[in-house]
Amino acid sequence: MLTILFDGIAYGMLLFILACGLTVTLGLMNFINLAHGAFAMAGGYITVVLMNRYGISFYWCLPASFLVTAILGLVLERTLYQWLYKADHLDQVLFSIGIVFMSVAGADYFMGGQQQLINLPPELSGRMDVLGVGIGRYRLFTVVVCSLLAIALQLILSKTRFGSRLRAAVDDRRVAMGLGINVPLVFALTFAFGSGLAGLGGAMGAEILGLDPNFPLKFMIYFLIVVSVGGTSTVSGPFLAAMLLGIADVAGKYYVPAIGPFVIYALMIVMLILRPNGLFSRGIGR
Amino acid sequence: MSLVEQEDAGALATTDAATDSRAARLMKRRSRIRLYEVAIWIAVIAAYFVLPSKMLILTEIAILALFAVSLDLVLGFAGIVSLGHAAFFGLGAYVAGLLALHFVAEPVTGLVVAGLITGLLGFLTSFLILRGSDLTRLMTTLGIGLMMAELANQMAWLTGGADGLSGFSLNPIFGVFEFDLFGKTGYVYCLVVLFLGVMIMRRIAFSPFGLSLKAIKSNAMRAGMIAVPARKRIVTAYTIAAVFAGVAGALLAQTTSFVSPDVLAFHRSADVLMVLTIGGTGYLYGGIFGAILFTLVKDALSIVTPQYWMFWIGLILVVLVLVGRERLNRWVDYLPKRMAGREDDR
Repeated sequence: MLTILFDGIAYGMLLFILACGLTVTLGLMNFINLAHGAFAMAGGYITVVLMNRYGISFYWCLPASFLVTAILGLVLERTLYQWLYKADHLDQVLFSIGIVFMSVAGADYFMGGQQQLINLPPELSGRMDVLGVGIGRYRLFTVVVCSLLAIALQLILSKTRFGSRLRAAVDDRRVAMGLGINVPLVFALTFAFGSGLAGLGGAMGAEILGLDPNFPLKFMIYFLIVVSVGGTSTVSGPFLAAMLLGIADVAGKYYVPAIGPFVIYALMIVMLILRPNGLFSRGIGR
Repeated sequence: MSLVEQEDAGALATTDAATDSRAARLMKRRSRIRLYEVAIWIAVIAAYFVLPSKMLILTEIAILALFAVSLDLVLGFAGIVSLGHAAFFGLGAYVAGLLALHFVAEPVTGLVVAGLITGLLGFLTSFLILRGSDLTRLMTTLGIGLMMAELANQMAWLTGGADGLSGFSLNPIFGVFEFDLFGKTGYVYCLVVLFLGVMIMRRIAFSPFGLSLKAIKSNAMRAGMIAVPARKRIVTAYTIAAVFAGVAGALLAQTTSFVSPDVLAFHRSADVLMVLTIGGTGYLYGGIFGAILFTLVKDALSIVTPQYWMFWIGLILVVLVLVGRERLNRWVDYLPKRMAGREDDR
């Protein structure tokens, strides 16, 4: 029982790290980026290649996948995404679906369609008993890393100058620009950071979520639920939404395997009926 | 009553009549049959005689066209971006397949039943569409689409699971026209259904009802202020679109005598969005033009690279959007005025 709860928390943490970049993209530029999962997949594949082909330690692969996907995100943002901020949502959806298709086929071409496996370092594999609760070591590692990241994110957003600029830009882009904040720059950096986080999430999640070319399609709905249930204005909203989703999904698949896959959809519909504007909406429909 | 007042009343009455007739004229002008419409229908009929060996791909185009036109009603008129329109297509296909397998093998009955059932699903889910912003709608429609796919996968005892539904054959249409091996009957059948479907949707889309949908698309709040019941209109439009998407799915099941779980796959919803992007939204025929182009391109691509055509489809999507849909759809403007005759109020 507690083991499942713990697994659910680890899963939810991963979802949060994967999706939080998306919340900023959406909140700041009102850009619906369905291709967010593609960045996560890129991070996962980078780790797989570095570890299995070049034998680099898992711990070095994580920052590497963060950096590479962040740069990838920055490049794509400057070359392609920035032209579409003013386009309507249909264009954005089509564009990002196009990116998803390309990444799916590309991953299939370069890496093959099979599930990728990574060999975890020995100290991270296996389980241990803590007060009679079986806890996977790797899941514990995930929870620790993700909570540190979440705390760091919250601190960056609330304490640093960059964070306050970002929040100002999210709240009112035009006024923020009037105050001399370089919103496009803030956004480019945030986009890169968010993509990097997705990459990191993909790298860490390769073990738990699995990694194959269909990753961006499979997890698109999870990201959308996290973002639209959690709202785009805070860190805590998506965090709670991700935890809720993670725990519900894991518990549902464990306790009622027959209807397990439907738990998240049921959750989505209940959320829509109870809180159509997200868990912590500010009352303004964006 | 003084003479002046009488005159005033008279003047008022005439202005009323004048506005009435102006509105009537506007509506008539909007719904006028345009030359390209006639041309496209002649072309598809001619295709039957000119390309007798291409019946299967023509049938595919006709089905995709009906599917796309039904989405245009939601997307181009009501302005709802849906990522899960395949849910209705797939449900229609499964209903038609199951009906032919267990109950009646008469195709038209199958179409009607499939349309009714998908319409019911559309009606029920439309209440979820009403809530929230564009983002929540994307989530909802995508979620419904995935949920249907998962359902079909899980209920293997009914749907055949991953193997799909096969082993049913259909009786002649109305007991008269038998399906032949070359798909000629199938094409004519799909064409007739497509024609009827487009005409019904055309009647709906170019009526005051369709105009009010466009008003909701531009600004739901202002539409509400001039007493357009936005929620009710969206529910109606979504339900009608679901019915026709279901009919399109049923056509696919009936002409191929096979239903694979692929009918509910996400890429179908994306494909149909792309079809509308190619052909243009908001005037129904975009679905037909788009379906022709899309099917030909996809066919060519899947011959060149059977495994990786998805990459090229993705690339085309990205380029399409970056070049700009508007610029792409402006080709109609270059046609002679009488021939195109499109409204400027898109």
